[in-house]
Amino acid sequence: MIWLTWRQLRTQAAAVYAAVAAFAVVLAITGPRLLDLSRAYPNAVLDYLTRTDRNLYVAGLMVMALAPAIIGAFWGAPMVAREMEGGTHRLAWNQTVTRTRWLATKLGVTALAAAAAVGVLTLGVTWWARPLDGAQGGNSVTLGDALPARLTPVSFAMRGIAPVGYAVFALVLGVATGIILRRTVPAMALTLAVFTAVQIAVPLWVRPHLVPPARHTVTITEANFAGINVLEGPTPMVQLVVRASEPGAWVLSNQTVDASGRPVDTLPSWMVDKCIPPPPPSAPPFSSKPVAPEPDMHSCLTRLTDLGYRQQVVYQPASRFWTLQWAETALFLAVSALLAGFCFWWTRHRLS
Amino acid sequence: MSAVLRAEGLGKRYRRRWALSDCTLDIPAGHVTGLVGPNGAGKTTLLSLAAGMLAPTSGTVEVCGGRPASGAAQLAKVGFVAQDTPTYSRLSVGDHLRMGARLNPRWDDTLARARIERLGLDPAKRAGKLSHGQRGQLALTLGLAKRPELLILDEPVASLDPLARREFLQGLMEAVAEHGLSVVLSSHLIADLERVCDHLIVLVDSQVRLVGDVDTLLATHHRLTGPRRDPPALPADQHVVSASHTDRQTTLVVRTSAPIHDPAWTVGQLGLEDVVLEYMRRPADGQRGSRPAALEVLR
Repeated sequence: MIWLTWRQLRTQAAAVYAAVAAFAVVLAITGPRLLDLSRAYPNAVLDYLTRTDRNLYVAGLMVMALAPAIIGAFWGAPMVAREMEGGTHRLAWNQTVTRTRWLATKLGVTALAAAAAVGVLTLGVTWWARPLDGAQGGNSVTLGDALPARLTPVSFAMRGIAPVGYAVFALVLGVATGIILRRTVPAMALTLAVFTAVQIAVPLWVRPHLVPPARHTVTITEANFAGINVLEGPTPMVQLVVRASEPGAWVLSNQTVDASGRPVDTLPSWMVDKCIPPPPPSAPPFSSKPVAPEPDMHSCLTRLTDLGYRQQVVYQPASRFWTLQWAETALFLAVSALLAGFCFWWTRHRLS
Repeated sequence: MSAVLRAEGLGKRYRRRWALSDCTLDIPAGHVTGLVGPNGAGKTTLLSLAAGMLAPTSGTVEVCGGRPASGAAQLAKVGFVAQDTPTYSRLSVGDHLRMGARLNPRWDDTLARARIERLGLDPAKRAGKLSHGQRGQLALTLGLAKRPELLILDEPVASLDPLARREFLQGLMEAVAEHGLSVVLSSHLIADLERVCDHLIVLVDSQVRLVGDVDTLLATHHRLTGPRRDPPALPADQHVVSASHTDRQTTLVVRTSAPIHDPAWTVGQLGLEDVVLEYMRRPADGQRGSRPAALEVLR
């Protein structure tokens, strides 16, 4: 049965493994230079990156984002659906192999192949991007001048071991949709749609709560002040952000609370007049822009503090990267196991 | 005579429609049994249930003494060549044989290779590039080399041209003669069945209309032609299967095991196709069962 599984997967597997190998070679060639750079300029790597490096960084993110989806759509969805379409399940199920063993072998072998392919990819990309995740430029003042830290949603899903969990989940999801729909192309489309939705929903609503986030209420000082946003309108909204106390943290919320500890929608309106310079006349309305601190910032922030305003930051510290990685991988594998159980039940009782 | 396939009150419903309902039949071992019936009679459903491809909605089906596809041991006993003889189009003929060898503990590789060679199939050729007939032969080879006790074939020759059909059935016959397995074969081509089957079941509307050995069926059915008269005047052991009348003439198809002595009748022989068609043509009159011919008499 393992032989048949391998024989049927051969073409798709060859395509994916060839792509993985090619990408791994590119990473292996370009990686050492980045490592040297980060050793030489630990605080200013960003200034020394070439366009190729930046493109490769983005490519790494994209490859990691696409690989599980491709495996789900091209390995998972056709696994049973194509047999149903061609009627070949009637051939397979009449060999001396029960349906359960048939599906278990196909699913098991393919899941291992998927985990291996994505495992190699994520190992390579994680190693390659390590000097770049959260890298800053030498003269950077504001937050925008650094690459995203590895705990932020953009990078988190493309690093560590979580992609292996995604790949297994996408594969089982593909198999399940194929079993239900019995048609390859719709199953591929549905797999991609559901997988994308899950990849959007998890960082928004699930990952922040896998481990209870840390909460810090801090005095707003010039040291941690990061900027003020003014949302212009009939009643201007003034909001303030501070820098997280530790670098590389994933900030979930960053809001000002008043003396009683309640979050405020907008800071007192005097701040607009006293603390920020008037916007240039050509500025479009409703624009939101960070404003650099002015020389009279000190008195401004002192006045805010005297009024009882503090800043509350809810975040996941950078040190929790691996805790969150393991938790999320376990979550995806658990859901995959449930889906696989459903596949077995459906194959035994509902397919014909 | 032990039963190789036994169904009792067997039924299968797809959503609202019953594809097979309340089907009760016995297929004896050691025969090549033909299953005939009009489209929609439930032949494919019955065979799929017997192969364990479907689970029954009601009733039971037993094949070679066990529940179909209930485990590897049961699967080993039954070979099934599904309608359209599915094969993996991207796998070569040789790959199919390797698959068979790896998935079946009782695989007879010598038989498989010999058959493929005799058929002139190139082992390196992909199954998708084979003709319909060759693909059917490949599927049959897989079914035979598995060395089952019962081989179920669902319309194996339906899509074949007459020559390929004859070759397919020829191959089947040789294998049956050589290995002594039981075969159940469905078809709507009665002429083909006549050539290979020694047992016949006519299934109409899920019900068994006629069952028996082909020789017996042929020997006990007669066409009687004579001057017009009422059927009830026949001897008690002659069952009328069908009757048609013109102004002066009556033609009857009767079933009887006794010779016909009445000199008024001209006795004609019936081919298997004629017999089967007589039973298939009869309307479903709700009074199904073991003695359909008797009901005809009351009309």
